[in-house]
Amino acid sequence: MTTRHDLIVIGAGLVGAACVEAAAAAGLRVAVVESGTIGGGATSAAMGHLVAMDGDAAELALCAYSRSLWERWADRPEAEFHRCGSLWIASSEEERARIPARRAELAAAGVDAEAVDPHGLYALEPSLAAGFHGGLRVPGDAVVYPPRLAWHLIADACRDGAELFAGVRAEQLTDDGVHLADGRALRGPVLVATGAALPELLPELPMRARKGQLVVTDRHAPMVRHQLIEMGYADAAHGSDAASVSFNVQPRPNGQLLIGSSREYDATDAAVSSSLLQRMLRRAFDFVPALRERRAIRAWSGFRPATPDGLPYLGAVPGRRGVWVAAGHEGLGITAAPGSARLVVDAFLGLRPALDLAPYRPDRVLRAAA
Amino acid sequence: MRVRDFEVLVVGAGPAGLAAAHAAASHGAKVGLVDAQLRAGGQVWRHDLRFGAPKRARVQIAGLAAAGIAWLGGCEIALAEDRVLHGEGADGPMSLRWRALVLATGARELLLPFPGWTLPGVTGAGGLQALAKQGWPVAGKRVLVAGSGPLLLAAAATLKRHGACVFGIHEQAGPAALRGFAARLPRWPGKLAQAAALRLKLFDVPYRSGSLVVAAHGEESLREVEIETRTGRRRIACDLLAAGWGLVPNVELARVLGCRLDDSGTHPHIAVDDDLRTSRHGVYAAGEALGIGGLDCARVEGAMAGHFAAGAPQATQALRWRRRQARAFADLLRRQFALRPRARALAAADTLVCRCEDVALSSVQAHADPRQIRLVTRCGMGACQGRVCGAALRELGLPAPSLSATATRPPIFPMRLAALAEACFHEPSQGEV
Ligand SMILES: Cc1cc2nc3c(=O)[nH]c(=O)nc-3n(C[C@H](O)[C@H](O)[C@H](O)COP(=O)(O)OP(=O)(O)OC[C@H]3O[C@@H](n4cnc5c(N)ncnc54)[C@H](O)[C@@H]3O)c2cc1C
Ligand SMILES: Cc1cc2nc3c(=O)[nH]c(=O)nc-3n(C[C@H](O)[C@H](O)[C@H](O)COP(=O)(O)OP(=O)(O)OC[C@H]3O[C@@H](n4cnc5c(N)ncnc54)[C@H](O)[C@@H]3O)c2cc1C
Repeated sequence: MTTRHDLIVIGAGLVGAACVEAAAAAGLRVAVVESGTIGGGATSAAMGHLVAMDGDAAELALCAYSRSLWERWADRPEAEFHRCGSLWIASSEEERARIPARRAELAAAGVDAEAVDPHGLYALEPSLAAGFHGGLRVPGDAVVYPPRLAWHLIADACRDGAELFAGVRAEQLTDDGVHLADGRALRGPVLVATGAALPELLPELPMRARKGQLVVTDRHAPMVRHQLIEMGYADAAHGSDAASVSFNVQPRPNGQLLIGSSREYDATDAAVSSSLLQRMLRRAFDFVPALRERRAIRAWSGFRPATPDGLPYLGAVPGRRGVWVAAGHEGLGITAAPGSARLVVDAFLGLRPALDLAPYRPDRVLRAAA
Repeated sequence: MRVRDFEVLVVGAGPAGLAAAHAAASHGAKVGLVDAQLRAGGQVWRHDLRFGAPKRARVQIAGLAAAGIAWLGGCEIALAEDRVLHGEGADGPMSLRWRALVLATGARELLLPFPGWTLPGVTGAGGLQALAKQGWPVAGKRVLVAGSGPLLLAAAATLKRHGACVFGIHEQAGPAALRGFAARLPRWPGKLAQAAALRLKLFDVPYRSGSLVVAAHGEESLREVEIETRTGRRRIACDLLAAGWGLVPNVELARVLGCRLDDSGTHPHIAVDDDLRTSRHGVYAAGEALGIGGLDCARVEGAMAGHFAAGAPQATQALRWRRRQARAFADLLRRQFALRPRARALAAADTLVCRCEDVALSSVQAHADPRQIRLVTRCGMGACQGRVCGAALRELGLPAPSLSATATRPPIFPMRLAALAEACFHEPSQGEV
């Protein structure tokens, strides 16, 4: 028995869940296939920082667009949306000198940011170690809890008629749909949103897993107010070092702190690497010494879906009929989920997407390979 | 960072761990005994500020130094790596290397959710017993002890000794089950004497079987306890309710060490062979962590594990029979005090099952996938990491919130970040810098 759907979304991480929401809102008859737990992939490991990341124009445009769409979800209690703002911290005069340019770049993308002098920095965040050179504050950035939202988006869509195929793997794409591991077949156009597992279904699109680790503390009186990030973070994120750490700490609304982060290519073992954990924590103590006395309740790891150029694949997959993709957001998939979903679904519907899709189209890597 | 090396390292200084350390040391092994508590003794021999510890315990604890055993108190083991454990003691982080390891991590109390169980004034039975021993004032308080199992009697006796007015013990098991228990008791003469001694201490405390606490009432704190018997329900006014439902083995350390757990019962326990070997080479286990067995069982198994760990298996011959006896008694206890289905159905839709994250029963029931429960409700994500709510949900027959099958989430217990960062690890894989 086969069923026909207007769109079959494979993968129910936040990206897939947002696609399901967008497609269902457009009136499509949607199926969603999730082999594991909804939101249980990278989405469950994420820090949940909604951040306008500068450094690459296409990436920033997607973040900024998506951040504005996040506002629709801000009031949903399950998102645990908390607009704490980001504070980028300059460790040197050199980093401080880059603030005006970064600010201008953000402004060009419609993102408000303000330069903070050293005095202002300590007024905002008194627990920072001495000796920093100021910072850049992005008040519109926020923090969220992604996996619960993913589940609710799917549950809402199912209430409106979407069909969930849970606990079953999409095994193979066919000419007109997908074969499931339990022998069932679904017919209709397919949107693959399987994150780091993308090559299993679309081997022609290169994807690497970039492992990251986080630590969460127990609840305590607030110690920091903003999501704090070192200015060098973007360099680490955009760099290609085999393993790197950078300082990133997030206040959760309940008084917990999330501490990040590490980046590691080609690690396949999900176990927390103690040496990287150690480097990560020491880096964090350099910025906020009082963190030393807070208690960790757990550490975990996750795999960011990383494309060769760091930009996601959004759009139709060339050389395949009726196959679309939304995957490969690396460390920004939570921020970029609603924007990516809207862009892909608009393109699928033949509407004009709000952003030019060219930088994100998957054919860029196929062209490069040819 | 202090690094110490031991031939035999024992984790847990309850009766099992103390016996293991002494047994191993008797063969000349270099032995370390570590416990999260500042004082040795474990649960049953927890130090009582006013009355000290029983003689048997005092002798063993005082004899540690003379036996050459390094006592490492106040250090909770929170991380495990290959042949080295990490924790933080009073003097800072410690790394303990071992050649043979004995896990004597004991058990904790099972807390079952029922309406009102989170009200101030409601505690665990063993929990309130421990508080009393630590000097928390219970004198003159009107205390009701309820739930199931012999721990209720032990807790009531301690509370009474500390001046509490214990005016009732309510055992959920029915009279028929208790009669069955009493009839078989003479097969263990020692137990019979213990039971008689306890009964004597509690001669003036009414003991009611087939009597189930179904709710605690009060606005800010506990005022009344609602009890259900075959003849109906009634409310009893009191200051404190000590509710104990049984014990759950502590297996977290064994799990991160990769020891096989026996998952066939309601709660997992460490799996061992007849020589108390776990599935991991060089790692032995003893006591409540192998399944609830009681004090005698813990002592015998501890001694056996200590001998094995020190490479002296011949010394265990005489102990094997005693172990079988003690385990048989434990089986009897488990059967006779098994929770009735009614006791598992007390929580209402809005009763909290996860106190760390304030999750109600109905939220958990909305999901069948244990990992989905965790991710959507956050049940089990809090400071206890599922130790309390996980055991309760398993007892209720619901999927316990779990991690993905392969996930390890260090540390096992909350640990200061500085200590976590300091714990000196060796490189687990080559790919790392
Ligand atoms: C440590 C860490 C911190 C991060 N912090 C942030 C942050 O602060 N902000 C931010 O914006 N981003 C962050 N990210 C990145 C973000 O988590 C990811 O980019 C995002 O979650 C990707 O979502 P996804 O839906 O594409 O993938 P996933 O969440 O991995 O979802 C893919 C889903 O597809 C399913 N699937 C795979 N194959 C199949 C198949 N064949 N059939 C059926 N189902 C299948 C999987 O089970 C999975 O549920 C972080 C990532 C990590 C690892
Ligand atoms: C709250 C409570 C009260 C009890 N009261 C009585 C009583 O009054 N009478 C009675 O007969 N029985 C009582 N019991 C039953 C008791 O479990 C056994 O009688 C006996 O104490 C079991 O001995 P054990 O050595 O196996 O474990 P325990 O006595 O439980 O000892 C285990 C020890 O291991 C330590 N430990 C565990 N994990 C770690 C770690 N990761 N790092 C460092 N240390 C660790 C614990 O701190 C503990 O001291 C009680 C049990 C509980 C839970």
